[in-house]
Amino acid sequence: MIHRIEIVTAPRHTDPRGEWVRHHAQMFSGLKLAAVRTCDVYAFDSEAIAAGRGRSGHDGKLEAETLHDLGGELFADPILHEVYADGGALERIGFDWYVEVGFLPGVTDNLGRTAKESLQYRLGSGWAEGHQVHSATGYFLTGDLEPEDVARLAREWLANELIQSTLIMAKGEVAGCRDKLFRLPRMELTAPVRVETVTLGDRAAMEAISESRLLALNDEEMAAIQSYYARDAVRRARSAAGLGPDPTDVELEVLAQTWSEHCKHKIFNAEIEYTDEQGRTEIIRSLFDTYIRGTTDRVREAHGERDWCLSVFVDNAGVVKFDDDWSFVFKVETHNSPSALDPYGGALTGIVGVNRDPFGTGRGAELLFNTDVFCFASPFHEAPLPPRLLHPRRIYEGVRLGVEHGGNKSGIPTINGSLTFHERFLGQPLVFCGTGGIMPASLGGRPSHEKWVSPGHRVVMVGGRVGKDGIHGATFSSRELDERSPVSAVQIGDPITQKKMFDFLIVARDRALYTAITDNGAGGLSSSVGEMATFCGGAEIHLDRAPLKYPGLQPWEIFISESQERMTLAVSPDHIPELLELARAMDVEATDLGQFTDSGYLRAWHDGRVVLLLDMDFLHHGVPTMRIKARWQPPIPHEPNSPATEDAGAVLIALLGRLNICSKESVVRRYDHEVQGASVVKPLVGVADDGPSDAAVIRPVLESNRGLAVAHGICPRYSDFDTHAMAGCAVDEAVRSLVAVGADPEQIAGLDNFCWCDPLPSPTNPDAEFKAAQLVRAAQALAEVCEAYGVPLISGKDSMKNDYVWEGRRLSILPTLLFSAVGIVEDVRRCVTMDVKAPGDGVYLIGDTRREMGGSEYHAHLGVSAGDVPRVLAHQARHWYRALAGAIRNGWVRSAHDCSDGGLAVALAESAFAGGFGMDLRLGELAREEGLSSDELLFSETPSRLVVTVASQHIDDFEAHLDGLPCHCLGHVSESARLRITGDSGETWLEVSLADLKAAWQETLREM
Amino acid sequence: MKTLILSGFGTNCERETALACRLAGGAEVEVRHITEIYRADPQGRLTLDAYHFLVLAGGFLDGDDLGSARACANRFRYLSVPGGGTFLDQLVGFIRSGRLVLGICNGFQLLVKLGLLPGLAEGQGRQQATLAPNANGRFEDRWVRLAPDSASSCVFTRGIEGIELPVRHGEGRLIGEDDGLVAGLMERGLVPLRYALEDGTPTEAYPHNPNGSPHGAASLCNATGTVMGLMPHPEAYHRRTNHPRWTRMDDTGDDGDGLRIFRNAYEHLANADFAAA
Repeated sequence: MIHRIEIVTAPRHTDPRGEWVRHHAQMFSGLKLAAVRTCDVYAFDSEAIAAGRGRSGHDGKLEAETLHDLGGELFADPILHEVYADGGALERIGFDWYVEVGFLPGVTDNLGRTAKESLQYRLGSGWAEGHQVHSATGYFLTGDLEPEDVARLAREWLANELIQSTLIMAKGEVAGCRDKLFRLPRMELTAPVRVETVTLGDRAAMEAISESRLLALNDEEMAAIQSYYARDAVRRARSAAGLGPDPTDVELEVLAQTWSEHCKHKIFNAEIEYTDEQGRTEIIRSLFDTYIRGTTDRVREAHGERDWCLSVFVDNAGVVKFDDDWSFVFKVETHNSPSALDPYGGALTGIVGVNRDPFGTGRGAELLFNTDVFCFASPFHEAPLPPRLLHPRRIYEGVRLGVEHGGNKSGIPTINGSLTFHERFLGQPLVFCGTGGIMPASLGGRPSHEKWVSPGHRVVMVGGRVGKDGIHGATFSSRELDERSPVSAVQIGDPITQKKMFDFLIVARDRALYTAITDNGAGGLSSSVGEMATFCGGAEIHLDRAPLKYPGLQPWEIFISESQERMTLAVSPDHIPELLELARAMDVEATDLGQFTDSGYLRAWHDGRVVLLLDMDFLHHGVPTMRIKARWQPPIPHEPNSPATEDAGAVLIALLGRLNICSKESVVRRYDHEVQGASVVKPLVGVADDGPSDAAVIRPVLESNRGLAVAHGICPRYSDFDTHAMAGCAVDEAVRSLVAVGADPEQIAGLDNFCWCDPLPSPTNPDAEFKAAQLVRAAQALAEVCEAYGVPLISGKDSMKNDYVWEGRRLSILPTLLFSAVGIVEDVRRCVTMDVKAPGDGVYLIGDTRREMGGSEYHAHLGVSAGDVPRVLAHQARHWYRALAGAIRNGWVRSAHDCSDGGLAVALAESAFAGGFGMDLRLGELAREEGLSSDELLFSETPSRLVVTVASQHIDDFEAHLDGLPCHCLGHVSESARLRITGDSGETWLEVSLADLKAAWQETLREM
Repeated sequence: MKTLILSGFGTNCERETALACRLAGGAEVEVRHITEIYRADPQGRLTLDAYHFLVLAGGFLDGDDLGSARACANRFRYLSVPGGGTFLDQLVGFIRSGRLVLGICNGFQLLVKLGLLPGLAEGQGRQQATLAPNANGRFEDRWVRLAPDSASSCVFTRGIEGIELPVRHGEGRLIGEDDGLVAGLMERGLVPLRYALEDGTPTEAYPHNPNGSPHGAASLCNATGTVMGLMPHPEAYHRRTNHPRWTRMDDTGDDGDGLRIFRNAYEHLANADFAAA
């Protein structure tokens, strides 16, 4: 018998969740509601509570009073809530419409799981195996709504139909619909569990197989698979294992995941024929080898003995030396496609997923911080949307909340991030999540960044159970999004299950109970076991030993499921009993699935039969090299002139309020940025704790004064002009931001995350060659600027299919490179923040300004699309970065702020209002020297520039130190609360009060 | 004097809390996992007997599912310890013996939901108050100024005249089962810290009061002052450089003000004489 416990906020208390719905429905969906009350529903089958414990009635029914008691004891807050049972809430609470949102079968239900645990504590052992508690949220709506209004409200604000079910009842319908309240979303898989053999057939047949199974394999890849199965040696080995000549579904699925763009980065490893605008053609054999790994090799060589890279491109994350005793680990990932379909679950899974990368690097790092960078279309977007796309505002809300829950509940501070807006992110948002970690340099006498696997070591899966969630995630993200994108690719992460797993794993690591660890992310077990097996040359696992969320999964599903919160370990047989006992004691599931071998094969069993046998070499190296044509033609004609405006002050106010510049405080504050106690420079700084910090600084080892600065650069607005400029500016911005807070420019490392639109030709993608050329140029710029700055790349990732296709049309994102960077701070007590500190301090601009208005916020504001795009001259800038770092080390610099979006005027305004003091500046001479108009000097986005303030007693030292470099004295910090900029003869260019500047900057996203 | 900090199931401030304890003079500071309370093997089982100071650190116990700290309160109240009784029974004994308990943020929420604050005598183990969702419905991380009640007998706030600390919570609005509860506790000196304006005046105004707590109440203690819970995080201000405006302030040494709360605990313990737990 199904029962429900319903917990409702008592009417005398405010119901923030209901208020949120009321507000959003009115503001953004135009639906007026008088009131919204909400309730939490916990539903379960009383069969779960074993008979004879005195709490169930004679016929298995639970008495209403008992349910009421359980709800009151376990689920309700006695001060805030009322408790009802079995639909009682619907009888006692006034409403016009009731909407109940539950999960679809098989979707992770964290609240239900916690509720079940509490019932188990209360009822002792009386809980039958296999039963769950299912949570749902009820909304009591009061207001004059038509049925279609309620359906729209539910669709737009309450539920996501991909993962949730919605039940809607009008007041009068409740009696007739009562039985609908008593249904549990049980996962019942009825198809027989079996292994299918797939006949490959001709080219058309293979294409159909790839399409229908969502394998995302192309013709060449299918042909390679076919010729593998035709090999004599393969046939003999298969026959010996009891397998026929044709592939099993398990094998095909595993090959598809392993060979997916997501896992194999085929485009970055392709052979590219690149033709530039002069018609010169060159062959690039692997962008990755040439521009990424190659750059790191050259930079490391140049650093010589000062090289601080420990493990790059070989593990789940990059590792560099923090000091003699500690190693630092960093990885940034994207989770774009899932976030487009389910913003909350996609982003939550993105953040808890990337947490497992540093944890799965070497023998495991403890997690220090998260970073997050989002690219969205405007939340105020008004035009109609293509089918299936969610409104950018919903994506914004969902992603923000997903990262809030993923980061905060994991106890990992979110210390750095940004939001970038452009209409081209309508088809696909970009959600970048990064995690840094730290591990002792050595564990048990061996460097901690090393892992090893010997034949005979056991394969142990730890953490969550395997379900149907996240099937085909890797291949799904290797295709563009379309109207039919699969639901199964969406998962919901659970930070608490993961935290419990990490608590256990750190103890196991320190007791040396395992020798290798990796995460189960894309491709699931097939990927983690397959990768670890390369250390020793093979593995064999028993799929039927994997613990399942519910019975009935097919063997191939078990092998490739991306169910969350799982890691795979290699464990010496001697340590198995201790490891399993420790897991049991710490309430974590750990299962011995098989062993690592040196057989040269990956082998999987199910139910006593071999269901997969793949040659390791073919699995990992058999994918054919892709060949891509790339042709570059500068898209926007050279047009150096820029329109002038009448009132620079008004333009500045307008720029400060633009989405890409305005304050993101409403998001930043909702992320815990100082848990773990390491915070030194926070995301918000200044006299009122609200100025925009350039970079975060933490003290990773709390007992030490050595610090780590973290920043990033992202400039997709420049991509339409030239991705070379876009990528160069991203690297420069990240490096400059680190220098601004006091990092050592000689000790900076970077991570590249490319998010691109598909560079492969297809009927809907006629300009693929141009997109491929954009990719080449971005990779070239990345290499050039990193080499000039001496910044090794230590890790990265690419996501190549960020397009939305519908009705033969294609919406492609702006090609985007996120460059994340970390730098060493020798002594955190020397750090500098961006806010001006005291009147009388000198104000300086470091760096040259050129007429580079193309893609600027100034041009976007004026609706101009021409201009020269900003370009980085890294070989020059490196000298002033070093000089500035020296000045900061000597304690001469009171504030430093990077000039980026919006140019010099925006940087000056931000430093001034963050510090609470005005500025009196004279810029005429500088404009004349640089040959620029006032608007050009104020709003050009030339990179590599910083605004710095210096106390009067240090001005002589500071100026002498930067002698010969472009360092321009602009004026001084003033007592007055105004930003005043004049020309040569004292004529006013701009004069605005700090209050007005700050108000404009804070208004745009304040209520988001 | 031994200090115990409980960890696991979503706590996340145990490391800096342990550091704050050590920096404040704690000699033996142990971080132990909640699952150790329930170990079948008596050798490996954690009990409170050996400790003098218990810190319930901040975090997201059980993910805040069922409301902050509710699921862990259910665990401590109902799940049997293999040696007999529940962990709540042990906590009651620990408090009755005069030992110190400090609940920070999620730890404060746990103490309130276990009925251990405002106090055992006040509620007879019943939950009398709660930390409701913030008035603006948002989780927020921001620094606040706190004004202590100089008349309070609270051990932890002795001699403190004003202190700035960060809050990082979504459920921090302290309300009682009836409207007069918090006012009554204030009169008895059981609200040792209140959110305050720059000049030290307690306030209900956002953002100085980040959650809308009536009377600006940010913490509670029991009648003997040996158990305190507070929403702000003293352990998060263990160094000068933790302060958001430290680059604008004079260098007064490396210590952060938050350590004063822990120092008070150790000073009290150095002079205390306990009854058996």
